[in-house]
Parts: sequence; structure tokens; C-alpha cells
Amino acid sequence: MLAYVIRRVAQSVLVLLVVGLVAFSMFSFVGDPVDNMLGQERTQADIDRLRETLGLDQPFPVQYWKFLEQAAQGNFGLSYRQGRPVSEILLERLPATLELAFVSGLLALIGGIALGIFTAIRKRGAAAHVIMTLSLVGVSLPTFLIGILLIYVFSVQLGWLPSFGRGDVTSLGDWWTTGFLSVSGLKALILPAITLGLYQMTLIMRLVRTEMLEVLRTDYIRFARARGLRDRAVNFRHALKNTLVPVITITGLQLGSIIAFAIITETVFQWPGVGLLFINAVQFVDIPVMAAYLMMISVMFVGINLIVDMLYFAIDPRLRIDQTAGRAK
Amino acid sequence: MKTTATLAAVLLMTSSLSVSAETLRWARAGDSLTLDPHAQNEGPTHTLAHQIYEPLIIRDMTGAFQAALATDWAPKEGDPNVWVFNLRQGVTFHDGADFTAEDVVFSINRAQSEDSDMKELLNSIVEVRAVDDHTVEFVTDGPNPILPSNLTNLFMMDKGWAEANNAVEVQDVEGGEKTFATTNTNGTGAYVLVSREPDVKTVLKANDNYWGKGEFPLQVTEIVYTPIQNAATRVAALLSGEVDFIQDVPVQDLTRVANTDGLVVKTAPQNRVIFFGMNMGAADLKNDNVDGANPLADVRVRKAMSMAINRDAIKQVVMRGQSQPAGMIAPPFVNGWTAEMDSSSMTDVEAAKALMAEAGYADGFSIQLDCPNDRYVNDEAICQAAVGMLAQIGVTVNLDAKPKAQHFPLITNDETDFYMLGWGVPTYDSEYIFNFLVHTRGEDRGSWNGTGFSNADVDAKIVSLASETDLKARNATIGEIWQVVQDEQLYIPIHHQVLNWGMTDKVGIEVSPEDDPKMKFFTMN
Repeated sequence: MLAYVIRRVAQSVLVLLVVGLVAFSMFSFVGDPVDNMLGQERTQADIDRLRETLGLDQPFPVQYWKFLEQAAQGNFGLSYRQGRPVSEILLERLPATLELAFVSGLLALIGGIALGIFTAIRKRGAAAHVIMTLSLVGVSLPTFLIGILLIYVFSVQLGWLPSFGRGDVTSLGDWWTTGFLSVSGLKALILPAITLGLYQMTLIMRLVRTEMLEVLRTDYIRFARARGLRDRAVNFRHALKNTLVPVITITGLQLGSIIAFAIITETVFQWPGVGLLFINAVQFVDIPVMAAYLMMISVMFVGINLIVDMLYFAIDPRLRIDQTAGRAK
Repeated sequence: MKTTATLAAVLLMTSSLSVSAETLRWARAGDSLTLDPHAQNEGPTHTLAHQIYEPLIIRDMTGAFQAALATDWAPKEGDPNVWVFNLRQGVTFHDGADFTAEDVVFSINRAQSEDSDMKELLNSIVEVRAVDDHTVEFVTDGPNPILPSNLTNLFMMDKGWAEANNAVEVQDVEGGEKTFATTNTNGTGAYVLVSREPDVKTVLKANDNYWGKGEFPLQVTEIVYTPIQNAATRVAALLSGEVDFIQDVPVQDLTRVANTDGLVVKTAPQNRVIFFGMNMGAADLKNDNVDGANPLADVRVRKAMSMAINRDAIKQVVMRGQSQPAGMIAPPFVNGWTAEMDSSSMTDVEAAKALMAEAGYADGFSIQLDCPNDRYVNDEAICQAAVGMLAQIGVTVNLDAKPKAQHFPLITNDETDFYMLGWGVPTYDSEYIFNFLVHTRGEDRGSWNGTGFSNADVDAKIVSLASETDLKARNATIGEIWQVVQDEQLYIPIHHQVLNWGMTDKVGIEVSPEDDPKMKFFTMN
């Protein structure tokens, strides 16, 4: 087990280095930060001087090495746009994204599993058909459009929920701000969480349904039924448990993408998280922020993958047997 | 006894309610980049600063000069190299410190330092000296007739506060440290900063000690400013009543907002012209099909291309009526603008074809047009329309639209043959346009001139404008330079952009050409 973890961590570091390299080499295609940083009255002399102070006149490998050196010490420099330390800005924005991701993840998981079970058990029912059809719509509509539709219905027409922002937030500790503790904060969470979670929910639902149908066809379920066990026990204790392994994999991976791809939802709802920060950074060519964000996201993905692998271990006994058998040789 | 006290308390509460907060909830696309008033020279940054800080002179909502921290100003008698500013008395900063001549000297020097983005506007100033507590003299390197125009976004800071808080220097981005002034303010303006979360929310409240009480409406007592980037969300926030006032209403939503009960859209010409530039200076173009020659070097081709553009069609179809066709690259309120030149661009496809044939390009040629897609109103759509129009005279245009961050370096680095650019004139004087767009590209002038145009005679005239005090002679020179720009068809003017502000009908305000609402002018009913 330990060797396995160490090997995985070493792989992860390698992945991070490569991501950093690729990300960094892409920055030269995003545009010239100097252009945005100086006003329209800048002269050629200003441009040259700023480029020199920022180290942008250095060759690419030198810039990357400097970035790594600084990043290893947890220093991502100053944002070109805001003139404040990048780590400070990221920390300030992270709670908003994590709370949004958490709520929409929860929504997707609970809704997805419940609907999945329902449509599997009642597979010929009218309700199941309606849900399946609707889920197709959910998968095929782009996030952007779902967000705008929700805003149109619930903010503009009905006036129930806010169309942008986080509402009132409460500070917990030094840098964590939460929207969970105020009514306006909770209300502000609803639309973005649905927008962000809808795709994941339909995905989980369809997965649970398929797996469940598969399991329900197997012999041991038939035997269980033949033994006269009640539907409830068969469906939930025996069938459901065995459908969960792929669901956990997908959920884990999707949690990463919820955080990483919250960008669109955050832009539509002006949600002040790291996704919106990243979009602003791209438009302004704020290289330090883009670099730090990409590193953060890749650390997160690598971490989630690691955790998912560990969970396999816990849930599926066959993996443990393989491992011990391997060691015995 | 107890009842009376309760009653009194209730009365107090209700009476304080009746005079209390008229909150203006305000949204626009972008946020201020920094609170340091000299670190950036950029629209939204100046707009927020205008609520908190003040310059010596401001422009009112029509664009005319209005006294702010200076009560009057004039060139010194007998010495045309000196401007004298008389300062307003009895002005205090938000922390209570008095505003004096020392603060002006400090602020100008600070804005002239290397890390300041405002320094180019102050190039001509050699020295600023305090004559007494409320008189300041600006010494320039030769007479500078338009100096006051350069000071309307130049904010005054408190010397003592800056020194006490280690904010004497403008923040140097690479310097590693943020300064106190990046996140804190102490101005003389009508509003005091209450809280700020960059890109999220900024709250300001009325300054109880503001000198302008009675002079301005000052009916907004609290400002809640929230940037909303996404245009559809911004409009939705206004429609749902979550904000009272938005800037940058997308043209496709104008009728929708205007037709909603309780909402109004106000419109005015903006200080910004949209035009195409052509690289006439290159020996050969990079992305064309003509070998060894530059078709754009021939003025007949440039004229033909301008004549092929149907500006009215662009106005009707692309801009939904929200633009004003242009014939020169100066907006109407700028000194040097003439109605005659501005209406000179006419569409005539037949004549254009004839000119092309005369220039030897009867079969046309192909060229690449570089266009931004996130900078001006419907920028990419305008370029697309131009592609079709130019095709009519045989010019096959290959459109390359990209974000502004990639587009603008093409112009400043001389890497484009044919490009779109928009230009605003904060000084309201043609010299500003000439300096950046007409003068030969060099160290300190011509930085946005991507045309390769270079004419020593014109350059000399442009330089002479900076120190010509005889306004009549100066305007004559401006006219001569414009004539060359027009005759050479240096640029293809398209239109003047139009500004739209959307608001609830309880907000009363007119649109300012600079797109910088100053809340002290707002009324609320």
C-alpha cells in the first residue's frame, strides 16, 4: 500500500511539471500583458522598460525556471491586473468556488442516485420515461444556456432568486467567507448550483440506472428474490451496493471537473470564484494568476485521482486480494 | 416615562429613515484595477476614483470644464510658460486633513514618477511649485495651451497620509510589494470608501464634510458597485430590479430594456471613433496575393476601399441604429473636428471600382483584416460586414478576429496589414490623435500608428502644436494636418460609437461622453 502511494505521488509530481511547462509555453499565445498594463498613452520606451522589469524579455526556459523556483516556495508573484499577491487573491476566491462545487456536487449525487434507482426499478413507468427524456435535454443544453434560462425564469420573470453574485457572506476565520449562513447567501447559491450540477446529475443518474439494471438481471438477485426477500432489501442492500463502484469513480472525477469547469457558470452568474478570476486573467493576460490557477487545478485533479484509487481499495475487496496475492509471490 | 422614551426612540428612527440612504446599485462590465489613482490610466479605474478622489478640474456630464479642487486657472501674465491654479479653500480629505498647495505639488510629482501610468499626460511639466497655501504654479517646457485638458483625470492625494502610510511611490508591479494606496483611499471626493472586494463588490457612502454640498445634487447617499461581466446577466439584473443603473447595455437588448416599465435607456455619442488602418508603409504586405508590391501604398486603392464601405448599412444592420457614421477619426466634441470632414466618407462602389482599375488593380487583390472581438461594440460583426462590402470592388478579405490581448500587439508591433482600431480623445483636442496615430512611429510619439505613414513636414507641425499659444494659429495648423490625413486617406473612418446607460426611472442623469458617471451629479426620486 505504501509503495503504491509513493509511486503515485512521484507520478503526480511529474504530471505537475509537465502541466506547468505546457501551460507556461501557451502563455505566449494568449497575448502581450504589457499592452493591457499600460494605458493607451504609453510610448515604446514604456513598453520596453516594463517588459524588462517583468522579465518578459528573457528566453522562455529562463522564465519557466524562475516561475518554478518561486512556485516551489509558494510564491506566485503579483497579479498584473490587481497588483496584489496571487496566492492571496486565489485564497480569497477559493471559498466561493468550493462552496458552489460542494453544493452542486451534493445535488448531483443525491438527485442522480435517487433518480437513477427510481428509473431502474420502475423502468416501464411513465414517470421514468419522462425523467429519461428530460435528462437528455439536460445533457444536451450548454451550461451557458441553462444558466441564462434559469435567470430569465427565476430572476427576471418570477423575481424569486438573485441573478448574480453571492449575496451576503459571513467571514469565518481569516480568509474563509461563507454564503451558507445568510438567507441571501443561500438563495444566491440555488441557481448556479443547479446550472453547474445538472450535467453531472444526469450523468450519474444514467450511470446508476444502467448499472442497476445490469445488476438486477444477475443471478444472485434472482436467487435473492426467489428466497422471498423483500424488494426493498433486494434493491437497496444487494443491488445498489454493487452499482456504486463506477459511480464513485465518476463522482470523484466529476468533482474535479465541477471545480475546474465552474468557469462558465461563474461567468454567467458573476459568481466570485476562481473560475471567474481565471477568465478575467485570460482577458487581461495576467500570467501569474493563470499559471497559479492552472497549477492549482492540476494539483487538485491529481489529488482526486489519488483519493479515488484509495477508495477503490476500500470498497472493492477484489483489489485488495490482487494486491496481497501480488506481494505473496 | 418608559412609553415616552420608546415613542421618542421610534420617532427618531422614523425621522432618520426619511432622510436616510438613497442607495444607488450600480453595475458595469469591468472593475477598477486599483485604488491607487496614479497607477493606471484606464476608464473604469478612473470612474471609481472620481467618486472618491478629485482632480483640480473635472468635466461635467456634457464634457465641459468645471472647477473642482481649483476654483480658477489661467496662464501667468507675462510668462506663457506658467499656468497658475487657485485652489479651493476649506476642502478637507476624508481623514480630516486640509487640502493645500503642498498636496498638489506632491500629487503631480507622484504622477510623474516612472511607475505611474499618468506620466505621459504630464510630459510638458517641468516644475510644480506652491506659491502659497492655495496657489500653485505649473511650469512647462514652453507654452502649453492645453495643459488643463490633461489634468481632468489627475487626482489629488494627501501628502501627509501618503507619507504616513508608505504610499509615496506609485506601486511598481514587479516591485513585489503592494502598497497601502492600492487598497486604501483618502480623497476629497463626495464619497468615502466603506468596503472593497475587487471584482465582487465595492461600497461607498456619502462624505458628510464634502465641500460641494449645495452645489451638486448629492442625492445618492450610498453606492453599491458590482461588476457584472456577462452582458445578459447584467441586463437581467436591471430587469429584475437587483441593480438601479448599468453601463454597457448591449445593443440587441436596448429595446427590451426601454420597453420595460420603470426602466429607461439613455443614449449619447461616445468619445470614441471606430476605423480601419492600412499599412501603407510596408514594401510588401505579409498576407496578400500581390508579390513585391504593396497595393495599400497607392492612395487610390485606399480611397477606393473607403468608398466601398457602406457606413449606413453598418449602422442599420450591425449597430441597430446605435452609431453615427464618420468621415474623420475625431469625435464631434474634439477641437479640430469639422462637420464637413466628418461627412466626407461617401459610398460609391462604381467610382471605387474605377479607382481600383486606375491604380492597376482592376482584378482586385486579397488581404488579411485583423479585428478584435472583445473590445468595441459589435467589433467582429463590423469587420464581417466590411468583408462583404470590400468584395464588391474585388478586394478579397480574409478576416482574422481575436481577443484584444492578441489584437493590439499586432498594431503596436507593426505586424498587421489592415486592422480595426478605436480611439477616444480624453484631452478633447486633435493634438492627442496626431501624437499617437499620425506622427511617425518613434520613441515617444506614434506608438499606435500602424500605418507606416511618415511625413517630416506633418511631424514638425504636430510637434509645434504642443507649444503654440496663439490658439488661432494652432487651430489653423490642426486644420492643415487634418487635411493631409484626409487627402492621404490615412485611415478608413467607420463610425462614432454611441453610449447606452440603462437605469430605473427613479435615477436622473444624462450620459457623459467619457462613459464615466460621477454620482454626485445623480438625482434620485
